[in-house]
Amino acid sequence: MKTKSDKILLAHGGGGQLSDELIRHHIVPRFKNDALSELADSAKLKLSSESVCFTTDSYVVKPLFFNGGDIGKLSVCGTINDLAVAGSKPVALALGLIIEEGFEFELLDTILTSISKAARENKVAIVTGDIKTVEAGAADKIFINTAGIGERISGVDLGFEKIAVGDKIIINGTIGDHGMTIISQREGIKFQSKLKSDCAGVGGLSYQLLTKTKDVKFMRDPTRGGLAATLNEISRGSGLSIEIRQADIPINPTVQTAADMLGFDVLNIANEGKFVAVVSPESADKCLNICRGHQLGKKASIIGEVVERSDIPAVEIETLIGGKRIVQMPYGRELPRIC
Amino acid sequence: MLERIYKAQSLMNAAYETLERQINIMEVCGTHTVSIFRNGIRSTLPKGIKLLSGPGCPVCVTDQGYIDTVLTLAERDDCLIATYGDMIRVPGNMGSLETKQSSDNVTVVLSSEDALQLAKDNPDKTIVFVAVGFETTSPATAVAVKEAATEGIDNFCILSGHKLVVPAMRALLSGKNDKIDAFLCPGHVSVIIGFGAFSEIVEGFGRPCVVAGFEPLQIIEGLGEICRQLAKGVAELKSIYTAVVTEQGNTTAQKIIDECFDVADGYWRGLGKIEKSTLKLKDKYSHFDALKRFNITETPGEEKKGCRCGEVLCGLIEPPQCKLFAESCRPESAIGPCMVSSEGACAAWFKYDREKKQN
Ligand code: SF4
Repeated sequence: MKTKSDKILLAHGGGGQLSDELIRHHIVPRFKNDALSELADSAKLKLSSESVCFTTDSYVVKPLFFNGGDIGKLSVCGTINDLAVAGSKPVALALGLIIEEGFEFELLDTILTSISKAARENKVAIVTGDIKTVEAGAADKIFINTAGIGERISGVDLGFEKIAVGDKIIINGTIGDHGMTIISQREGIKFQSKLKSDCAGVGGLSYQLLTKTKDVKFMRDPTRGGLAATLNEISRGSGLSIEIRQADIPINPTVQTAADMLGFDVLNIANEGKFVAVVSPESADKCLNICRGHQLGKKASIIGEVVERSDIPAVEIETLIGGKRIVQMPYGRELPRIC
Repeated sequence: MLERIYKAQSLMNAAYETLERQINIMEVCGTHTVSIFRNGIRSTLPKGIKLLSGPGCPVCVTDQGYIDTVLTLAERDDCLIATYGDMIRVPGNMGSLETKQSSDNVTVVLSSEDALQLAKDNPDKTIVFVAVGFETTSPATAVAVKEAATEGIDNFCILSGHKLVVPAMRALLSGKNDKIDAFLCPGHVSVIIGFGAFSEIVEGFGRPCVVAGFEPLQIIEGLGEICRQLAKGVAELKSIYTAVVTEQGNTTAQKIIDECFDVADGYWRGLGKIEKSTLKLKDKYSHFDALKRFNITETPGEEKKGCRCGEVLCGLIEPPQCKLFAESCRPESAIGPCMVSSEGACAAWFKYDREKKQN
């Protein structure tokens, strides 16, 4: 018996014929690779490095589709970036889908295509996966989990303990684009079409940076909590203070306008295609040039440096008018203000 | 830009030298407060120039009694509370709206128009719009009420917490805090009321009033202008936000406010009852007045124990002088509204200028 449906049914996750069809017709053809095609219980991988990085992240973004990406692309890039900033070369991902009953196949296909495109562009394979369906109301349309493995780049060992006074802080481009795109779309702000998420996998660029120079000490992707959170983590982790200059932080003017309108601080807004790199002062210019020579680093900038801590480790910013203030660890979610 | 900053700074220096005492300038509006902190303006000010944050954050000045009324209404199954995001974390005697949000009785909206739409979409519920804010938001509330009346949207009503800026300044000078030497007046409220509205303060109390926008340079130049006047011993009304603020303001918006609202005495946090300082719906719109619909009498609420928001709002103390600041009162566990609202003085201090205390 063959059931045709344009919507996901509970049975699609039931392990029977419908599941099989879903996997063979919608999943496998999109992610063609040897490990996956076997459809075994686990994927067998051959790695060229003895040491690996391993990570996982779950994606529950709303809206599912936004300017510059969708939940599929995000779930690939996000995990790739976590592997990349840990000093590894991402190679394989596992993909877990939790789908709400009634979710349209058409949307699922769009998301799967986007996942496969992002994986291909970033040279990682989707080697294993799992699909579960849940009753209507038990999930919000679709949740995605990806886990990833990256081969550690030989000779690279990043860590807070490497960070020293005088080190420079580099960011590979404008901040706040992803978060402001999502928020504006959610809030229905008029100029939302002018905002675009920076969602991208930075594995290629970080690989160049880590293999062509020797002096990258630490990297992290400023996702939730934005640049402010990442810099505070670096400051706390290293026990040193950080000083940044507002004038040197690249911000897309529309992002700034949207943030001002809603009363947000762009420093706290999420990014999905950015990394912060802490590098030795001697190699800073070289690192900057490598970034600027790459598609995802054209607007890279040295935004500040690591300094001696005064009392406790803190992040301070010199504002455009020459004033100074603390940059705090953001807390909870930000709320749009009244007027 | 630097040259203009230097010029303003030298005006400030000159004023301090002439007066030979600390100069207290109040920024009335919460948006100014945030911009001042976010841009680190305090750290650039010459010695002797002190900025006081004023009663211009709508969430902060909203009386506790009002908050408790909203929370009571949120308990009712037949009501849906539509509120600006800022309000939902303000703690009352029965939790906050955020804790009630899960019960689906509370929805965050960006405008009164959205609240009205909610009423159209939920005909079986009464939508109570938490109408707070100064003259910047009251015209929009008025438009929504008028629209509800014309279209006969009966399940819409508002709980008016709208306030007027100038009466609060008057109240401060006539009692709570006469140490204020001058006011930096809010740009966006002035767009509506016109900078002429502050003449009462300039003429009646001899305090300079300078309207400035929210860009850091505007603020610094505004402070410079205030100091120029103080050094000369004059009090003038001036707007340096000339691009958008006129003397008369937006008369259309003023007319809409007048059509819908009567000016009434009302309660403010910290400032108590102020004469002719709040907006109440006119009788012909009483159908849309949540107070009348649910038969509620307004009573002033009690501030949370230990919270000194009232004094903060009057510029009498700085947030770190409150014992709870950064101890039990933090943004994620705020005790008073000044820590909740993104425009509140306590939140701004906590976020941008907290003494380097360990978290
Ligand atoms: S720090 Fe908290 S408790 Fe103290 S005045 Fe501010 S809001 Fe109130």
